Amino acid sequence: MDRTKIDLWVGVFVALGMAALLGLAMKVGNLTSSKLGETFSVTAAFENVGSLKPNAPVKSAGVVVGRVGSIAFDSKNYLAVVTINIDKRYAFPSDVEANIYTAGLLGEQYLGIEGGGADEPVVNLKNGDKIHKTQDAIVLEKMISTFLFSKASETNGGAQGSTAKATSDAKSTELGDAPF
Amino acid sequence: MIKSNLLIGITRILTGIGHRMIERIWRLGAGARLFFLTIIYSGESFKRFHLTLREIYFTGVMSLLIVIVSAFFVGMVLALQGYNTLQKYGSSEAIGVLVALSLVRELGPVVTALLFAGRAGTAITAEIGLMKTTEQLSAMEMMAVNPIARVIAPRFWAGVISMPILAALFSMVGILGGYLVAVPLIGVDDGAFWSQMQANVDFRLDIVNGVIKSLVFGVACTMIALFEGYDAPPTAEGVSRATTRTVVISSLTVLALDFVLTSFMIVI
Repeated sequence: MDRTKIDLWVGVFVALGMAALLGLAMKVGNLTSSKLGETFSVTAAFENVGSLKPNAPVKSAGVVVGRVGSIAFDSKNYLAVVTINIDKRYAFPSDVEANIYTAGLLGEQYLGIEGGGADEPVVNLKNGDKIHKTQDAIVLEKMISTFLFSKASETNGGAQGSTAKATSDAKSTELGDAPF
Repeated sequence: MIKSNLLIGITRILTGIGHRMIERIWRLGAGARLFFLTIIYSGESFKRFHLTLREIYFTGVMSLLIVIVSAFFVGMVLALQGYNTLQKYGSSEAIGVLVALSLVRELGPVVTALLFAGRAGTAITAEIGLMKTTEQLSAMEMMAVNPIARVIAPRFWAGVISMPILAALFSMVGILGGYLVAVPLIGVDDGAFWSQMQANVDFRLDIVNGVIKSLVFGVACTMIALFEGYDAPPTAEGVSRATTRTVVISSLTVLALDFVLTSFMIVI
């Protein structure tokens, strides 16, 4: 085996390896899709972020417009402060709503940006702004307990209502029987 | 009388265990010494890079066929098995993620390292063992050529360079094999296969960690093969035993290291 032939084969080998790594990075990994262009960041405070994680997609109308930057806890107001990096190509009015949604039944959580119907002139969100209208992540236990409580109070309230009605009827008859 | 016999027997067993332990620890120390000597004398293998290139040819290029063929089949089997289970939960589109993550994170580096130990590691051990048996290494020393710089270091760096390349190829070919089974054969949607994969495979956390793993395995496998060859008793039997030990120790080390590395890498 002379040297040039070995060099050739090793060159082919290394080139194949590079191609495989490039293929992994581009075709398999998220190197291409996660790259946003220039971004600006805004914050939003939530009472509960559920299982939202940094780098989760930020979607508007189903289109990925940014990524969640960081999630921190504000110990003064006991709120979770989420930094949202939005691609500079997109502009949103300053009164949009930030909601935390779940993709599918068991899917990951993502941030949805919606709404925004400000009167003219529209003021767009700038770097460092805060989104005021937010909606928390849905916590299943909370939802079930709210449902149960509302169900319970419904039946209770119904019963109370009927007795109240009965007494008032009694009162009214009493009143009606009054001698004047 | 019986009691003393029993005592002697127990003593003999304990002595045997202790002897073996000391032997293992001694070998570990000798291996570490060889490793540091290799690092120190590896200037030669970069100055005369054609030595390393020749070894890359023998360890890397010659392992291409076995790595690519097994990667192809591993990917195909992963897709078949994964589809079988995933379709019960109505998420057969996730098959791309399953195949890609299993290959990039685990199977790529680990199976490549196991194949490498069998294909290239044994060859290295046998070659160096035979060089020692035929006194080529002593002859080099006589000629004031350092056998570690001339023989060991180029093989070491060739192994370290080849392993990540082979592992990356393994992962890529495996994914292509999985694609061939999942999309044309089973009929999973082409777009969903790739887009789900891209949404869930992270470049830094999955791909780069896989490459780091294969680099570590490359160091471990090559070093074990080199040490076993360098340390082999200069007899036919000694070389054959050293070759067997290379495969056994390399495989066990790779699997154990894999667990350790994964526990470092996984972010909970």
